[in-house]
Amino acid sequence: MNASGPQESAQPNRLAGAGLIDRIRPLSFQFDGKRYTGFDGDTLASALLAAGVRLVGRSFKYHRPRGILTAGSEEPNALVELRSGSRREANTRATVVELFEGLEARSQNRWPSLALDVGAVNSLFAPIFVAGFYYKTFMWPAVLWEKLYEPVIRRAAGLGRASTEADPDTYEKAYAFCDVLIIGAGPAGLAAALSTARSGARVILCDEDFLLGGRLNGERYEIDGVSGPAWTRQVEAELRASPETRILRRTTVFGVYDGGMSGTHTFAALQRVSDHLAIPPAHQPRQRLWRIIAQRTVLAAGALERPIVFGGNDRPGVMMASAVRTYVNRFGVIPGRHAALFTTSDDGWKTAFDLAAAGVRLAAIIDARSVVAPVLTEEAKRLDTRVFCGAQVVDAHGSRALERITVREDAGRLSQLQIDTLAVSGGWNPNVALCTHLGGRPRWSDAIAAFVPGDVPRGMAVVGAAAGSFSLKDALREGAAAGAAAAEATGFKSVKHREPRVTDELTAVVPLWCVSESKTKAFVDFQHDVTREDVALAAREGFSSVELLKRYTTLGMATDQGKTSSLNGHAIMAALTERAIPELGTTTSRPPYTPVALAAFAGVHRGKHFKPTRLTSGHAWAEGRGATFMESGEWLRAQWFAAPGETDWLTIITREVRAVRSGVGVCDVSTLGKIDIQGEDAAAFLDRVYINLFSTLPIGKVRYGLMLREDGLVLDDGTSARLAPQQYLMSTTTANAAKVMRHLEHARQVLWPELDVQIVSVTEQWAQYAIAGPNARRLLERLLGDAIDVSNAAFPYLACAEFSWRGVTARLFRISFSGELAYELAVPARYGDAAIRAIMSAGEDFGITPYGIEALGAMRIEKGHVTGNELNGTTTAADLGLGRMMSKKKDFIGRVLARRAGLADANRAALVGIKPTDKSARLYAGAHFLTLGAEVSLQNDQGYVTSVAFSPMLGHWIGLGLLVRGQERLGERIRAHSPIRGGDVDVEVVASVFFDPEGARLQS
Amino acid sequence: MARYAGDSTARLGFALMRYSIFNLVRQALSGHRAWGPAWRDAAPKSAYDVVIIGGGGHGLATAHYLAKIHGISNVAVLEKGWIGSGNAGRNTTIIRSNYLLAGNNPFYEWSMKLWEGLEQDLNYNAMVSQRGVLNLYHSDAQRDTYARRGNAMRMHGVDAELLDAEAVRRMLPFLDFNGARFPIHGGLLQRRGGTARHDAVVWGYARAASDRGVDIIQNCEVTGFIREAGTIVGVETTRGSIRAGKIGMAVAGSTSRVAELAGLKLPIESHVLQAFVSEAIKPFIPGVVTFGAGHFYISQSDKGGLVFGGDLDGYNSYAQRGNLPTVEDVCEGAMALMPAIGRVRVLRSWGGVMDMSMDGSPIIDRTVIAGLYLNAGWCYGGFKATPASGWCFAHLLARDEPHAVARAYRLDRFATGHLLDERGVGAQPNLH
Ligand SMILES: Cc1cc2nc3c(=O)[nH]c(=O)nc-3n(C[C@H](O)[C@H](O)[C@H](O)COP(=O)(O)OP(=O)(O)OC[C@H]3O[C@@H](n4cnc5c(N)ncnc54)[C@H](O)[C@@H]3O)c2cc1C
Repeated sequence: MNASGPQESAQPNRLAGAGLIDRIRPLSFQFDGKRYTGFDGDTLASALLAAGVRLVGRSFKYHRPRGILTAGSEEPNALVELRSGSRREANTRATVVELFEGLEARSQNRWPSLALDVGAVNSLFAPIFVAGFYYKTFMWPAVLWEKLYEPVIRRAAGLGRASTEADPDTYEKAYAFCDVLIIGAGPAGLAAALSTARSGARVILCDEDFLLGGRLNGERYEIDGVSGPAWTRQVEAELRASPETRILRRTTVFGVYDGGMSGTHTFAALQRVSDHLAIPPAHQPRQRLWRIIAQRTVLAAGALERPIVFGGNDRPGVMMASAVRTYVNRFGVIPGRHAALFTTSDDGWKTAFDLAAAGVRLAAIIDARSVVAPVLTEEAKRLDTRVFCGAQVVDAHGSRALERITVREDAGRLSQLQIDTLAVSGGWNPNVALCTHLGGRPRWSDAIAAFVPGDVPRGMAVVGAAAGSFSLKDALREGAAAGAAAAEATGFKSVKHREPRVTDELTAVVPLWCVSESKTKAFVDFQHDVTREDVALAAREGFSSVELLKRYTTLGMATDQGKTSSLNGHAIMAALTERAIPELGTTTSRPPYTPVALAAFAGVHRGKHFKPTRLTSGHAWAEGRGATFMESGEWLRAQWFAAPGETDWLTIITREVRAVRSGVGVCDVSTLGKIDIQGEDAAAFLDRVYINLFSTLPIGKVRYGLMLREDGLVLDDGTSARLAPQQYLMSTTTANAAKVMRHLEHARQVLWPELDVQIVSVTEQWAQYAIAGPNARRLLERLLGDAIDVSNAAFPYLACAEFSWRGVTARLFRISFSGELAYELAVPARYGDAAIRAIMSAGEDFGITPYGIEALGAMRIEKGHVTGNELNGTTTAADLGLGRMMSKKKDFIGRVLARRAGLADANRAALVGIKPTDKSARLYAGAHFLTLGAEVSLQNDQGYVTSVAFSPMLGHWIGLGLLVRGQERLGERIRAHSPIRGGDVDVEVVASVFFDPEGARLQS
Repeated sequence: MARYAGDSTARLGFALMRYSIFNLVRQALSGHRAWGPAWRDAAPKSAYDVVIIGGGGHGLATAHYLAKIHGISNVAVLEKGWIGSGNAGRNTTIIRSNYLLAGNNPFYEWSMKLWEGLEQDLNYNAMVSQRGVLNLYHSDAQRDTYARRGNAMRMHGVDAELLDAEAVRRMLPFLDFNGARFPIHGGLLQRRGGTARHDAVVWGYARAASDRGVDIIQNCEVTGFIREAGTIVGVETTRGSIRAGKIGMAVAGSTSRVAELAGLKLPIESHVLQAFVSEAIKPFIPGVVTFGAGHFYISQSDKGGLVFGGDLDGYNSYAQRGNLPTVEDVCEGAMALMPAIGRVRVLRSWGGVMDMSMDGSPIIDRTVIAGLYLNAGWCYGGFKATPASGWCFAHLLARDEPHAVARAYRLDRFATGHLLDERGVGAQPNLH
C-alpha cells in the first residue's frame, strides 16, 4: 500500500483501496441530523472517522467532549442514540453498529448541541464534583433532597433516552447442544474450530463481530503466505463445508451459568440477527437468545488493549493504538493527518508502521521504556520517524479535540507536538470475563503485567490472547491444540495437521499505568469521569479495597464494565497504598459480558403471550352468549353474561342469582382442579392428606374435605369422589390446583414412597358444568334421559356416578356451591362444547340462565362457603369453623403443628358473617374490625373483612370476615374501618350462613 | 444521648471533618488533601464489651446505636471481607413500611422514621429518596388484599393510597395498558417509600460508629466461638481470638453457617436472589413499581440505571450467583409490564444469599446460648429494616430485653405458632 490522498470530499479520511469494505455499496446515514456517507462493511464509528467527525459524545459527569477510543465492544466513549421513535436505543456503541442505509444516530447527554453543551460548565465545578462528593453534601435542608437536589442530579445523570413506546420488534430463544463451543473467531478460535471440525465433532463457533477473523482483520499479518483476511476466508469456507459446524456471527457469548451436561455449564449467547438492518425483515426476530449446552469450550476471546492514564487522555483524537490499526487496515480510514504514538509495548509500534504504510508519517513515537528492541527503532529510522524512548506524554491539549501534546523526554525536557491523533498502547489485558462468571479468580502474570485465567470453569480451555499468549504463532498453535484436545475429550479422533507459517513478533511490555507529572485531568474510567485524583481520594478516605474503590468512585461501573479502566485504577490504587496488584485482587465481572437488551431475555413472553391463556372447552359458547371474561390465574372465566341492554354489573348478577335460586342456571366450573388418585393405598393416602376421613367414603359418594399444610394452616378445600374401591377424584379450588398437585406429589414421592398410589392431574381432560336451581333435576332428566336415574332416591345429595351418555363417558356429582339443588356434570373436554349446548337446549323450557363467577361468588357468600379470600394461608380449620372436621382417629398432614399454642389460641379471629346496620350501606373487603368506640390503632385491630357481595336474596350488602373470638360475638355491633376506600361502616356480627341455613334446598 | 466531646479525637488519632458543602468547597481549593479515612481501619483488641459479627448494614447500624443511644462504644464489628460486601451492597435498595401485620408494621415504620432523619444523624448523605413505592394489582382479589394492607398501614399512621387503573396510568403512562395479559387494575401506593443508596448507608453508619469509638475490623472472619461453662465469651477469628461480654450475630446470608459454629440449627434456609441493573438512561421511572402478576420490580437509580429484580432462584445455595431461567423470568415480567424498556440493555446481574426464615419475617432475639444474640431472617427485605434492626438489636444487646417494636421477632415463634406470615405462604422459605 502506498500513500493515498483523501478519496472524496465527503469522506476526507478514507484511504483509497484499502480495507474490508465494499466500495461499490455506499450507504448514507445521519449523525445529529447531518448527512454522511460510508460503505457497506463500515461501522458507524469507522464511517464517522472517515467523514472526519471526531467529537461524538459527552461524558457522564463533566460533559467533556469525547470521541472514539476503540474499535470494539469495549468502547466507553462513543455512545449514541441509534434509530428513533419506538426503536430508539440509548447508549449504543458506535464501534459495533454496522452501517446500514438510512441509519440515524444522535449524540447524547448534551444540550443544546454536541459542540455547544451547556452541561460542560460542570467542568468548572470539577474541583467540587470529586468522587463521592454527593455523600458529603445536599443534606440540608432534608426536604430539598427530593424536591431540588435529587431531580437535578437525576436529570444530569443517565446518558441516552429510552423510548417511551413499546418495542415493536420480536425476539426469539433457541437452544443448541454441541460437543465443542468455541468463543471467538480470531486466529486462536479459528485454529481451534478447524482442528475440532476436522475430527467430526459438533462445533459451534461464535463471534460478536460481523466478520470472522478477530485481530486478523485489523492487522497486516500473513499466514501461509496470504493475508490474514484471505486466510480467514479459506478457513471459513472449510468450516462452512463441514456439516457438523455451525458458525454464529454477530453472536456474543455473554454469560456462563450453572448446569449443563456431565458437569459442564450452560452458556448464554446473544445473536444480533437484524441489528445491521434498518428494521428486521418479515418473520425475522431482531435478536435471538441462545442457550448453548456444550461438553467442552475453547475460550478464544482475545485481549483488550489498555489505555494509559495521563492528563487529557480523554480528548477526541486519543485512541487505542490497535484501534487505529483496525481503522486503517480494516476500514481504510485514517483517524487523523498528524499522529503520534504513545506506547509501553512492542505491539504499539505496529501502529506506527501501519500508519506509515498507509501514507501517514508519524510526528513521533513516544515509548515510555528506555530500552526498546533495535529492530523497532531501526524500522522507525528507516521511516524517518522521531523516536523518544524513556519519554512520556504528560498532557494532551485541545478544546473539542486533540490539538497538541506535551512530551517529557528522557532527559526531562518538555516539548510540544502539534498533532490531531495520538495512538496509545498500554499493553493488553486478556479477556478473562467468561472464566470468572462462576466464581473463578484470575491469576496475575508479571510477564505480561495483566491478569490471566486462573481457575476456569470445568471443561473450558483458554487459548491465544485470552490466555495471555500474544503472538500470532502461539495463538494458532494453542488454538489448534485445544481444539484437538476438546475433540478427543468428546469422543472424536483428532486429525493432525500442519502448523501454518507465520512470522515472529515482539510482544514485550513494561507497564506504565499512570503518568505522574500530568497537570490536567487524567482519566481512569472515561465514561464515568473517574480521574486519577478520584482514586487517590478513595485511597485517602479508606476505600482502598478494589470493591470499595469501585463503589465509591464508580470506577468500572460504566457500560463497558471496566474493560478499559479497572486494571489501571487498581494499579494506581496499589501504588498509592504500597501493595502489589495481585494483593489487591480484582473485582468480579458479572454477566452479561456486553450489555444485552432486556427484551432479548424475555423473548416471546410479553403482551398476551406473557403467560399461557387457558380456556375451557365451553369458552367459545360463552363468548357467543356475550360473556364478559376475567382472569382467574391463567384461566379466563366468564364473569357474567349480560343480557341485551344490560350494562350495570349489579343488575346482571342480581338477575343471574335470582334465576338460579328460582329456576335453574348453569355455570362452567371446568377450571377447578381435578386430580385422579388411584392405587391400593389411595384411601390411606387421602386419609393422610385430608383432615377428615376418606377411607370410609362409600363408592359412589362425594365428601367435602379440608387439607392442611405441614405447618397446620389450611391449604385448600374441595370435594373428593370415590369412583371405585381404588379410585378417587379430588377437586381443588381453581387457584390452588397446581399447589395441591405439588403438595400431593411431595407427599407421595418424598414422605411416603412406600404407598401404592398414583396421581395425575386431569383438570384439562374434563369439562364440568354446575347445573343449579330448583329445576336442576328436571333439566337433567330431560338431558340425560335414561342414561342415569337422577331421582332423589337413586341419586341423593353427595352421590356421584360415572355412566355412559350418548356413547360418551360422563360423570355426575350431586354437590352444590350455590346452596341450591345442584349437580355437576362432567364430560371429556372435547365434548365440553357439545355438552354445554345440549344443557342449554334441554334447559330452554325451564328458562335456564347461564351465570358467571360473580353470581357464583354472591351465592357462596350467601351460603357462607369459604374460598381463596378465607383460605388465605393464615387461617386454621378452627378459624373457619371447620375445626371439628379434624379427625381424632388418624394422623394427617398438619395435625401436629396445628396444635401449637399460637394456632390453637382461643383469641384467634374466626369466621363470621356481617351485615351493615344501615341496610343501604356498601361493604368493602379489606376493612378492619374495630370494637365500637375503640381508638383507631393496630393494637385495637379485631380482624378484617374477607369477602363482600350484594345479596340479591336479602337485598343488601353482606360480608364474611375473620373476627377475634368471632363466634362468641354474634349480634354485636362493630365497626368495619376502611380509610383507604369507602370509609367506615357499622356492621352487625351474624352467623356466616345468610341464606337457607338449614340447607333444605340442596337436599330437595 | 449526648454527643461525645472532644476526647475521642485523642483516642482516634484524627479529627473527623464534618461533611458539608462548606468543607467540600474549602477542600476543593486545596485538592481534597485533608479528608481523612471515612472510618478507622482498626486492628482487633483482645476484648470488647460487645462484638458484632457481620459488617453489613445491620451490624454497623447496631454498633452505631449501641454507642450513640446506649453509650456502649467498646464495641467491635467483625467483617470477613470488606464492609458491605454481603447483601448490604447487593440489594435493590427499596425502603418502605407498607406492612400488614401488627407484629411487623410498627417496626418497619420506625425504620422509615429513622431513614427520614438518617442523613442528619450520620452526617452522611445516604440519598434516602422518598419517590414512592407502587404495588400494582391485577384482580379484584388482589385489590382487596391490598386494601386490607393499606387499611392496616393507615391504622398505624402510615401513608397509603389505593389507586385505580386511571390514576396509575397518569403516573406511569408507559406501562402496558393495552395488550397486557393481566391488565393493571390499580395499585397500592406508599409515597414515603422509595430507595436509599445502599453503599452509602454502610459507609455512613461505619463512619458514625467509628467516630464514636467503635472498631471496624475488616478481613476478620469469625471461625469459631469460645465457650466457658456453657456461655459464649468470645470468638475465634482469622485475626486471633477476641473476647466479648456479649456477641451479636448479624451475618444475613451466612446465618446458618455462623450459627453452626455455635452448634445452633436455625429456622433459616439460604437462597439466592438475583438483581439487575441496566445501562444508565435519562429519568424514566420516578419511583418503585412492583408487578402484581409476575415476579418483577423496578426503580431507577440517581445515576440512571434501571435497578430491578424478581423471584428467588428457588433452590438452596450459598453461591452468590443465579441462573438463566430466573433472569429470563424476571425480564419476561419486565416486558409484560413495561414493554418500552425492551431495548434498554441489562448491564450487570448478580446474586446475593438470602437468610430466608420460615414465615418470611426476621428474628431479633437472644439464643438459647448465653452470651450469643441473633439478628437474622431478613429474607429479601432487610435493607429497608437496616436502621430499625440496628436500633432494636442494640436495645436488646444493651438491655437484654426486646425493643417494643421488635417484640414479635422471637426465635421461638416457630415452635409456638405465633407466626408473622405477611403473605400466608407457609413454612416454605423459597416462596416468601
Ligand atoms: C439481590 C438482592 C436484592 C435485595 N433487595 C432488597 C430491597 O430492595 N429492599 C430491602 O429492604 N432488602 C433487599 N434485600 C435484602 C437486604 O439486602 C438484606 O436483608 C440485608 O442487607 C441484610 O442485612 P445486612 O446488610 O446486615 O447483611 P450483609 O450485608 O449481608 O451483612 C452480613 C455480613 O456478615 C459478613 N459475614 C458473614 N460471615 C461472617 C463471619 N463468619 N465472620 C465475619 N463476618 C461475616 C458478611 O461478609 C457480610 O458483610 C435484597 C437482597 C439481595 C441479595
